[in-house]
Amino acid sequence: MIAATGIDLRLGASDVLSGARLCTRPGQVVGLIGPNGSGKSSLLRCLYGMLRPNRGAVLIDDKAIESMSQRSIARAIAVVAQDASADGIDITVGEFVLLGRHVHRGDHEGFTDDDCKVALDGLEMVDLSGFAERHLHEMSGGERQRVMIARCIAQQSPVILLDEPTNHLDVRYQHEVLTLVRQLKNDTIVVLHDLNLAGRYCDHLALLDRGRVVHQGQPDDVLRSDVLEPVYGIEVRRLADGQHPHLAFGPLTR
Amino acid sequence: MIVAIGLGPVGVIPPTALRIIGHHTIGVPEVMSWARTDDAIIWEVRLPRVLLGAIVGTALGVAGVTLQALVRNPLAEPYILGVSSGGSTGAAAAILFGVGSGLGPESVSLMAFLGALGALALVLALARSTGRITPSRMIVAGVAVGYLLSATTSLLILFADSAEGARAVMFWLLGSLANADWSTLPIGYLGMGAGMVLVYWWRRRLDLLALGDETAMASGVDPGRTRMVLVVVVALCVGFAVSLSGGIGFVGLAAPHIARRIVGPIHRHLVPASAALGAIILVWADVAARMVLQPRELPIGVVTGVLGAPVLVALVRKLPHNN
Repeated sequence: MIAATGIDLRLGASDVLSGARLCTRPGQVVGLIGPNGSGKSSLLRCLYGMLRPNRGAVLIDDKAIESMSQRSIARAIAVVAQDASADGIDITVGEFVLLGRHVHRGDHEGFTDDDCKVALDGLEMVDLSGFAERHLHEMSGGERQRVMIARCIAQQSPVILLDEPTNHLDVRYQHEVLTLVRQLKNDTIVVLHDLNLAGRYCDHLALLDRGRVVHQGQPDDVLRSDVLEPVYGIEVRRLADGQHPHLAFGPLTR
Repeated sequence: MIVAIGLGPVGVIPPTALRIIGHHTIGVPEVMSWARTDDAIIWEVRLPRVLLGAIVGTALGVAGVTLQALVRNPLAEPYILGVSSGGSTGAAAAILFGVGSGLGPESVSLMAFLGALGALALVLALARSTGRITPSRMIVAGVAVGYLLSATTSLLILFADSAEGARAVMFWLLGSLANADWSTLPIGYLGMGAGMVLVYWWRRRLDLLALGDETAMASGVDPGRTRMVLVVVVALCVGFAVSLSGGIGFVGLAAPHIARRIVGPIHRHLVPASAALGAIILVWADVAARMVLQPRELPIGVVTGVLGAPVLVALVRKLPHNN
């Protein structure tokens, strides 16, 4: 389990996070939502050690993250980061997913047959078996995001963090990727912009506003106009849509 | 390599070259059946020269491929760190003003190495000024220090007001393997060899860093620390290379590119391939340097530049458009 226990983060002159609290829930998908600049990505980056909070602690299984090596952090947490476009290197899908096994091998060790099998299993889980020899830059946006998730699967870390995994994806792929995330049944935290997607695919939501988690709970409890309107500054109407909350938005008329 | 050793203004056929090397290393054949001049040319001049070319080429190839991964830019090359400019300034000071002449017969090389170290320290201090080293900060610091030191070298040449000295510095700036000798080779092999072993040891970290800092971090690699260590190691390798052979251009840029086309982008293959290609290119560029205008010798930097530029242009034209 990962927990941020009321962390403050200053970047330059601005307070990005102030007393933010968040933790994973066993086998559940926790959605991190909030307006632009509310600190969602920064909070996520604190959770895997990319950013170090100025106050408060991030605990991984009750151990302070500062006391852990980057490798042991990665054994606990797999990440689909925003820079995960892999543009810098013309690598094949199979090679990319196999790199997820790095955390389990020493720098000098080669990958084993077992590693290759785990990587291929990862590709199969995201429905991309047979794509191992393809080059990553030949893949569409949706396929690429699934490759990123396959790498997380190959890493075999109990926790998965995803930073806006549905960015730049068309509606079909947005649903496809999030369905996949749910099927994994890892302890997951996902940053999402789309509140309707958050309501549909998350078990639990945390709403961030100006660096603070202002509301947490089940999607039904968080996706309410009286909770969202003051944070987003927009009119929120809830439409009936069976089992999931469904929202429509309009400019605030006051 | 044996063929390359034989080639030059005075040609020696490969079997003879082999026998000479055998005679000096393992004592076979015991009796000299060749001219004393051939013996001196092969053993005292050509062999050290080819061996130096091989290790310097290897080091430049590995340094190039490492830096391209570290700054995530295919146009990075060993000299973006400003290390070679530092080496040049040190060498110019030694050649023109006799600075460090108390350091012994190799004072120019030693001063070049000290200059390279100074440049590295300056680049690191600038690149780290606000915490960790990022690729862009590193490039800017390297370029800034490079310009500063190149200007210093030019000033030294102007103030020295010696045409002969200026020529010597110019020849040094363009690089040459002519100063190879048995006394400096072991330290070059040791220094550059150790650095390259570490780069290969961390080959997978290079893959991950090339993918981005966040991806590297998520895969258990601390990008800041890894980059710092590798920059220092590579800069030391380049420092050795520059102090022994001057600023030989293009090898560190072209070798990784050609290697990437042959073996792909994974550093497990790419690092050894760049090393091998660097060595091959430099050894044969040196053959050209001593053959083309014989008996005069061209600076090897001119040869690598003239051959390297079209190769590089051809490679870049073949890159996929979305890259």
